Amino acid sequence: MKTGMKKSITFLAKNLIRLVLLLLCASILAFLLVSLSPVDPLQVNVGQAALGSLSREQIKKLETYWGVNDPPVKRYLAWAKDFIRGDMGVSLLYRQDVSSVIGQKLAHSLLLMGSAWLISGIVGFSLGIIAGANRGSFIDRIIRGYALLTASTPAFWIALLFLLIFAVWFRIFPIGLSVPIGVEEGFITLTDRLRHAILPAAVLSITGISNIVLHTREKMIDVMESEYVLFALARGENKRSVVFRHGLRNVLIPAITLQFASIGEIFGGSVLVEQVFSYPGLGQAAVSAGLGGDIPLLMGITVISTAIVFTGNFTANLLYGIIDPRIRRGAEK
Amino acid sequence: MISLIHGRRKLALALLILSVILITVILVSGYASMNKAMETDFSRKNQAPSLKYPFGTDWLGRDMFSRTLAGLSLSIRIGIVTAAFSSVVALILGALSAILGKAVDSFITWLIDLIMGVPHILLLILISFACGKGFWGLVTGIIFTHWMSLARVLRGEIMQLKQSGYVQVAQKLGVGRLQILTRHMLPHLFPQFIVGLVLLFPHAILHEASITFLGFGLPPEQPAIGIILSESMRYLVTGSWWLAVFPGILLVMVVVMFDYIGNTLRMLLDPSTYHE
Repeated sequence: MKTGMKKSITFLAKNLIRLVLLLLCASILAFLLVSLSPVDPLQVNVGQAALGSLSREQIKKLETYWGVNDPPVKRYLAWAKDFIRGDMGVSLLYRQDVSSVIGQKLAHSLLLMGSAWLISGIVGFSLGIIAGANRGSFIDRIIRGYALLTASTPAFWIALLFLLIFAVWFRIFPIGLSVPIGVEEGFITLTDRLRHAILPAAVLSITGISNIVLHTREKMIDVMESEYVLFALARGENKRSVVFRHGLRNVLIPAITLQFASIGEIFGGSVLVEQVFSYPGLGQAAVSAGLGGDIPLLMGITVISTAIVFTGNFTANLLYGIIDPRIRRGAEK
Repeated sequence: MISLIHGRRKLALALLILSVILITVILVSGYASMNKAMETDFSRKNQAPSLKYPFGTDWLGRDMFSRTLAGLSLSIRIGIVTAAFSSVVALILGALSAILGKAVDSFITWLIDLIMGVPHILLLILISFACGKGFWGLVTGIIFTHWMSLARVLRGEIMQLKQSGYVQVAQKLGVGRLQILTRHMLPHLFPQFIVGLVLLFPHAILHEASITFLGFGLPPEQPAIGIILSESMRYLVTGSWWLAVFPGILLVMVVVMFDYIGNTLRMLLDPSTYHE
């Protein structure tokens, strides 16, 4: 028992260290990329015209402020030091602290991504079970075809179609933004927020479903062809109870881990979907930061969203490790 | 029975050839209609689909059918370039990983984990930003974000080949590592490499459209699918549904066809499916 405890702690620690190291490297990679950019922070933030009217000393001062002449390594270290203390710098587009911008946007995005994650997980899993249990049937073909088709369809196009059908033609849902326009912050009700998140969340759930459906279906087929299912059927159990008692239990764990590992894809989809619905989430902020040359915000969003994705992968590893002893022992070697 | 089995493979082959022909037609006709796609004519603006303009016209009176074809042709061309380079990167890194020993192997595996961890779209935005946006940012971004899964497959395959009899014999006979790789392993890997390359296409095309749609890829004067769809957003509210619907359907069709080609090639090249 005691050694078992110790082993799972080392397993946890190893994964945690890996997580932190990967995150560190991801931030270095992102920093390297933004510092490669030919975009001159002075020109973007001060403007060409204003720059012309400034004196040489003023320009020098601004250059030291933006660290134009510092080597990238020094700038990275300065950025990382501030970041650890919780100071991500000031967003140039929003004229606010990056941390508070990210805080606001993240709240919107979490509502969107969280619901899409849950819905696509539950619906995808159920569809996969149904398809796998009825392999080769009409319903299996439909589900499989649907999963393959959504894998080939860009999320933003589905979003455009939904916008067209539900917001423009039927006028059931509002066209954009996560809150009604012209209403004060205090008067926005929860129903308002939900109403504005329904369409984007629906699109995200529909397009993010394909992986989990196909994966669950494959696993379910494996289970249904196994000898213990054959034996159960021979013993006289009906198919329904076989699916519930033997199928679900075996298929659920890999499905959950897969769903945790797919957070990156949901985030990617949300960037596009938020853009179409002008939903003010993290993804839309990332796009405007990239287009507007807002380096501090872009860096902040990269690190935060990468952290979310890595945490998802980490959780997936952990779940696997906790539930499947073979993996746990493998990791200890 | 046997004729039936052969019939299935023949049907798959026929559909495969049909897809290739269709894609070639789109590629060529799109290239040819590049000028027509940018031609504006205010006497015919905002027209709904008709026999003369099957996909309608936009607010500048541009023919959407030519624009869609031109956009798809652009997408396919970018897809060809990026998929080719990306799969070469995959081959090189996969081979290095499998051959150069443990240190290199764990470094490349770790690199794959790292790149797969950063959300794809965000990495594409960052690379595009690093290259100062535009065409080259787009192409570099797609090349460097799509090689990972193919590299993993090829690495695994080479690892297995290393254990095979004929490679072991070649090693014992004193053949160099590079020569073993090029003479004995690459021919064996070739089918998988081709399938992997074709299956990179759909992803490359979808990401090209997405990143252009967001405003990071091709410049707005190009008739790219991403540009067409992003421009259509402004006119959806006024009822110009055809601006978004038809280009999207054709894009999905092209992606599905590439997917089909890749999967069918895999099936046809894999001898074990012969008796399925």
